[in-house]
Amino acid sequence: MSLVQGTHPQTSQPAKARAILLAWPEFNKPAVWLVAVILLIMPFIANGFFLIEIFATTMILGTIALSLMFLAGYGGMVSLMQLTVAGFAAYMVAVFGMSANTNISLGWPWWLATPMALLLATAFGTLGGALAVRTEGIYTIMITLAIGAAFYYFTNQNWAIFGGHTGINTVATPKFWGVDWRSDIPFYYVTLGVAAFCYFAVQYVSRAPFGLALQGVRDNPRRMAALGFNVNAHRVAAYAFAAFIAALGGVLQVWNYRQISPGSVSVGACIDILIIAVVGGISRPVGPYIGAFIFVILRTFALDLLVKFGLDGNRFRLLIGLGFLAIVFWSSDGVIGLWERWRRRAAATDARPSGGKPHG
Amino acid sequence: MTRFIERHPAWALIVLIAVAVLLWLILAVWPPGLEEAFGRKRVFLNAVFNGITLGGLYFLVASGFTLIFGLMRNVNLAHGSLYLFGGYIGYAISAWTGSWILGFVIAFLGVALVGIVLQIVVFRRMEGQDLRQTMVTIGLSIVFADLMLWAFGGDFYQIQTPSWLVGPIELPLVTAVRSSGEAVYLRYPMVRLVIFVAAVVIGIAMWLALNRTRVGMMVRAGVDDRDMLAATGVPIQLVFVAVFALGAGLAGIAGVVGGTFQSISPGEDTRFLLASLVVVIVGGMGSIPGAALGAVIIGLAEQLGSVYIPTYAIVVTFLIMVLVLALRPQGLLARR
Repeated sequence: MSLVQGTHPQTSQPAKARAILLAWPEFNKPAVWLVAVILLIMPFIANGFFLIEIFATTMILGTIALSLMFLAGYGGMVSLMQLTVAGFAAYMVAVFGMSANTNISLGWPWWLATPMALLLATAFGTLGGALAVRTEGIYTIMITLAIGAAFYYFTNQNWAIFGGHTGINTVATPKFWGVDWRSDIPFYYVTLGVAAFCYFAVQYVSRAPFGLALQGVRDNPRRMAALGFNVNAHRVAAYAFAAFIAALGGVLQVWNYRQISPGSVSVGACIDILIIAVVGGISRPVGPYIGAFIFVILRTFALDLLVKFGLDGNRFRLLIGLGFLAIVFWSSDGVIGLWERWRRRAAATDARPSGGKPHG
Repeated sequence: MTRFIERHPAWALIVLIAVAVLLWLILAVWPPGLEEAFGRKRVFLNAVFNGITLGGLYFLVASGFTLIFGLMRNVNLAHGSLYLFGGYIGYAISAWTGSWILGFVIAFLGVALVGIVLQIVVFRRMEGQDLRQTMVTIGLSIVFADLMLWAFGGDFYQIQTPSWLVGPIELPLVTAVRSSGEAVYLRYPMVRLVIFVAAVVIGIAMWLALNRTRVGMMVRAGVDDRDMLAATGVPIQLVFVAVFALGAGLAGIAGVVGGTFQSISPGEDTRFLLASLVVVIVGGMGSIPGAALGAVIIGLAEQLGSVYIPTYAIVVTFLIMVLVLALRPQGLLARR
């Protein structure tokens, strides 16, 4: 990708556009433009319920899962604490900003409280990452899970900062330029904007030298170390970047629900993020958003669906669990992997209309 | 032990002093100044005993977890579900037959059976694929949790302590001296002490079985080079199934113990999975003595923390984990 630009120092205008297209192959596909247009005009199609409950929630959960995808897909580190980082950011927004709980909230305006929350959550995620990179593989999962659980139990017990079991309610959301940014349509565009920003940021970083080095570290850490790369520094930096993305998702989440409580940082919720990322596919940044969409749809409509089939509507988690099991059993790369396998098979049969099963 | 002292004399000294202080706090009659600063001795002693017996329970869960991981490299994040399942079986059996001991036996057998099915259906197909095992067992734990919620509802169940274990016994530990000069002794629930002793016996038996018997030798050899062991004619898959059954069965027993000490309810599965994660991270993966040490440390930290610094108790546990990871990432007693 970067080679193209390097070999043509004096590129003309169309060649430059071509280089951009090569660097961002996404822009070359009509399907991508179609999805982008649909997402942009969504408020004219969907009503408030769909806009917020389905699409904005998908964007938020997808963004948090995207940070896990970045770590797992490009760094080979499966971190279960990304939701914890997001929850930390959400708590910080509530603590520094304004809320009904005046004993805790410091009452800063949102434009001061939000950067503070992002900063602290990124620092928190980086520290956790610095701890987690001391270990590898399954140990990383265990340690990040332990960090997530510790944070959950801590928020549950601590009344001075985190408001204990009830959490912090009626968190103020930004209002400026005469717009209430939490009302349905503006909030939808805010989540869409943040999700798009994070998506392209991950896409960009994955192709930047840092991202390429990170992928090298994932594939062969020993060799990268021999080449002079500081393996651990790359890993910690990856955690910092992912923490920032997760923190953005967390800020949106607290604005969405206007409250934060230990229930939203529980271990089950941490695992939900893993499910979202894995079901969607952790090889590409679009995967988490697909996974989040499936998850949100299931969570919203599984009850009605189950009841319609004459089953107990409360068995939603059973459905999710079985679906997750099926995906990890049969496709290591989630829905994206299934889709690609299906397309390859279709392409193979198209190429040989005379019949015969494709090999492999 | 002597090698450790030779290598780290400073650490050995610190540990020695800590143990001595703890022993003095437990055995001596507290001077009035200490009681004023630190609270009553009875509270402290109860916290220590609760911590150690909770450590026994953690050891039962974590030893099964670490056995399966350390020997077969199988990552079983559904271990907490096995614990909870054991608890429910124990509750159902003891409520139905009225026999507490029978509850243990059936829970061990039932959960061991689930473990065998897991080993054959899931783990044997994904040998060496850590990440897939993790994902699949996470999925399984979600499914199990919901199935158990379906079957048993969201209620709290407590397993009845049998009549011959009910009630406190008096321990020869002085908690206070009355003004009349008469000593007050500590009274502590008998069932907790009995279970703790049982956990110690199980731990020692397991360590001996792994380190001093032929089967234990086979298991350890199989971990290092299973092809070579299979070539010598050992039915290796059978050995592994047996180890998995033992590890799972221990989780089942622990479930009954947990149901007797505390209670059984949805959510306990994650709690005990996490406890065993922290215990084996602190103690060292795959090491039975490590699991014992880690369990006692975490149990004590949790109980003493919840008595003296209730708001930050969980942070203490977590800080211990961080400290161990920072100083000795492989865990306190790991071999690596």
